[in-house]
Amino acid sequence: MSTNEYTIALAGNPNTGKSTLFNVLTGLRQYTGNWPGKTVVHAEGFFTYNNNRYKMIDLPGTYSLYSNSADEEVARDFIIFEKPDVTIVVLDATALERNLNLALQVLEMTSSVIVCVNLMDEAKKKGIRIDTEKLAATLGVPVVPISARNKEGIDTLLKTIDSMVRGKIKTNPIAVRYSPEIEQCIEKLIPRVKEVIGDAYPARWVALRLLDGDMSLLQALQQQPLPSVKEVSIYACHDTAKSV
Amino acid sequence: MPSVKLQRLSEAEEGERFRIVKLDIQDGTMKRRLLDLGFVPGCEISVLQKSPLGDPTAYRVSNTTIALRKEESDHIYGERIRDVHK
Repeated sequence: MSTNEYTIALAGNPNTGKSTLFNVLTGLRQYTGNWPGKTVVHAEGFFTYNNNRYKMIDLPGTYSLYSNSADEEVARDFIIFEKPDVTIVVLDATALERNLNLALQVLEMTSSVIVCVNLMDEAKKKGIRIDTEKLAATLGVPVVPISARNKEGIDTLLKTIDSMVRGKIKTNPIAVRYSPEIEQCIEKLIPRVKEVIGDAYPARWVALRLLDGDMSLLQALQQQPLPSVKEVSIYACHDTAKSV
Repeated sequence: MPSVKLQRLSEAEEGERFRIVKLDIQDGTMKRRLLDLGFVPGCEISVLQKSPLGDPTAYRVSNTTIALRKEESDHIYGERIRDVHK
């Protein structure tokens, strides 16, 4: 087989130019609908690069993924349950301190992350300089500066996506350390979490959500087929769409 | 350390700046929401405009305008910085 299909999720705060980037990459070949059961707009599009076909999902713009709203739940569930091959986090270069909040949350959930610093032209106008190499070294994932509306940096972004799905990029996402008290609880919980859900979901992240008393995640987990041996085969039969 | 008397964000006037010292909110979800939006201790925000009836009030927080009701801004404590130019 010469072409593989990969899924890319686009995450970011509102007004970071996420949809502009989405349109630049997918052109007009996109499909808009609603997330099942939620009144949140859902856009997906396709593009081909270097013999690979990509399906791109534009997640709702959110400041956080701690499920305060339907938007955040949709974004969180997609990253956790659909396991996109690459998650691109779009940051606003002019307001990094707030935008990095979401980036850190995504890095707790998956290691296949590319951070895209958008609105570089706007930042330059305001005299903001961003050391993307240093940022990449700190975050432990590739950081690509772009200006989506001027179509700058898109080539580098596509090359980075290509290298990531071909396994040529090793990421080492920064892990947020919490207070010793919380870290102790996480350590105690992780083995129990692994016992119940196996390796299907990031155990540290699930443990953190449990400590947070995140009921909406527990509900979402219950609706998912548990990765026990019996159910995996049933799940696989239904899951024809994801075949590679 | 000499303790300065902290004031509520809701007490700040239009045109003033405000440095957040703490968020005294028991509701975890609301506290997190405010932190996510940029109402972080140490952060400086400015009071843009009160709505005609005095509530909610628009604030400038790390480059974005966000409006809060009194029930939220009452629990954000810090120092008011009066802008002499206005």
